[in-house]
Amino acid sequence: MSAPGIRINDAELRFGGATVFAGLDLAVEGGRWTAVLGASGVGKTSLLRLVAGLTDGATISGNVAADDGQPLADRIAYMAQQDLLLPWLDAVSNVALPARLRKGSVDSADRDKAMAYLDLVGLAADAGKLPAELSGGMRQRAALARTLFLERDIVLMDEPFSALDAITRFRLQGEAIRLLAGKTVLLITHDPLEALRLARRIFVLDGAPASFGPPIEMEGEAPREIDDPAVTGRLGDLMRLLGDRGKAA
Amino acid sequence: MAVLRIAAIALLLIAAWQALVSLTGVPPYLLPGPAAVGATFVERFPLILKEGSVTAAEILLGLLAGTLLGSISAITLASFRTARRWLLPVLVVSQALPVFALAPILTLWLGYGLASKVAMATLIIYFPVTAAFYDGLRATEPGWVDFARTVGASPRAILRHVRIPAALPAFASGMRVAAAVAPIGAVVGEWVGSSAGLGYLMLHANGRMQIDLMFAALVALAAIGLAVYFTTDAVLRRLTRWKTDTLFNDLKETPS
Repeated sequence: MSAPGIRINDAELRFGGATVFAGLDLAVEGGRWTAVLGASGVGKTSLLRLVAGLTDGATISGNVAADDGQPLADRIAYMAQQDLLLPWLDAVSNVALPARLRKGSVDSADRDKAMAYLDLVGLAADAGKLPAELSGGMRQRAALARTLFLERDIVLMDEPFSALDAITRFRLQGEAIRLLAGKTVLLITHDPLEALRLARRIFVLDGAPASFGPPIEMEGEAPREIDDPAVTGRLGDLMRLLGDRGKAA
Repeated sequence: MAVLRIAAIALLLIAAWQALVSLTGVPPYLLPGPAAVGATFVERFPLILKEGSVTAAEILLGLLAGTLLGSISAITLASFRTARRWLLPVLVVSQALPVFALAPILTLWLGYGLASKVAMATLIIYFPVTAAFYDGLRATEPGWVDFARTVGASPRAILRHVRIPAALPAFASGMRVAAAVAPIGAVVGEWVGSSAGLGYLMLHANGRMQIDLMFAALVALAAIGLAVYFTTDAVLRRLTRWKTDTLFNDLKETPS
């Protein structure tokens, strides 16, 4: 069974009386990476929270559904900008945290599974360390292992690499592509280069109220090299697009 | 090394005490010297031990009850909006009432025995524990809660596995205050009306001009207070090893 796509219909976000966006539609293709690119304050994170079901603020509304007709709940894994590791649990317990949260305890099968995913992200030797003992890159790797541990078809990412240094970010982007192959990924980012390297399809969210322009379709296998013509050829356009529309807003 | 340092501080304080007595020539019925107090302490040790164990029991029971009630209150407040609306004002108003003023009433209601002193210690501990723990529970990193919700965790599981552990450092600072003030509750209770305990022994000795016994009881009280504080601190430190910043962090051997 392949990963389902997501359809967002008629999303609306209000903030302090102002409409950030209204009547917004987005189709996320199943089993691929889709990036939503936009400047800060344009409502990208709120849109992702809508898909994740984190909408108790009641400022955002909209219809979200999987395109295979099954409910979305329990099929989504969420990765935020911060690693969100619990500082009192070691790396392996943090990876197995979803089991603890759902069942109340972590059995040996969960631990083995967590260890396997830690190994996959290259942290097997650091399984017993607390988050404070890990570097920023290692912590985000552990968060990635925790996302994998959930074994869900849809992964929502909210600028998960933005807090990392350039080299670590570059390396982790590549690993994320490899590890999340076959899953539906919706990536929110303000970094055009990240979107161009990773996504199959890029939507730019901009303007006031914000709307999506026509999507940019990317060819070739991700992660694309930074000097890939498909990347460099569009980087300038995207930067200008974001800059110009940002000015108008 | 820390032990040696503390011993040095104690010796220095005793030397200063002795110097004060020798230099000012203050009469022993106002301030006896450390040697006289020490001798009395050894000589009357069985009595001090007996009364001290009463006070220690009051402190520990009060600490236990106050912590338990405070924790339950904090968790209730953090879990239920209705509880916050009704209990929070009550909690604040209750603090406008000086706990010491309640001591005679507690003695009237609960008698001269252990119960009124434990109640006193409980009351004095309750507020710092509740306030600190509740603050900690409220200040949970929202991202952790969001993540737990996307995983499908129930509010109960989030409380148990995320919010309570996250609030432990805040709880610990409340507990440290509680451990420091718990002896006050017990001794005030004893002063108002009792027939046992170090507070009682002090009043009794004062009435009979046994000033060195009074000071010996004070030394015992200080020892109990310190033991309670440092034991509590050690337990809390183990619980919050991932975030060990305490008042006495500098006592640890860290390169500076």
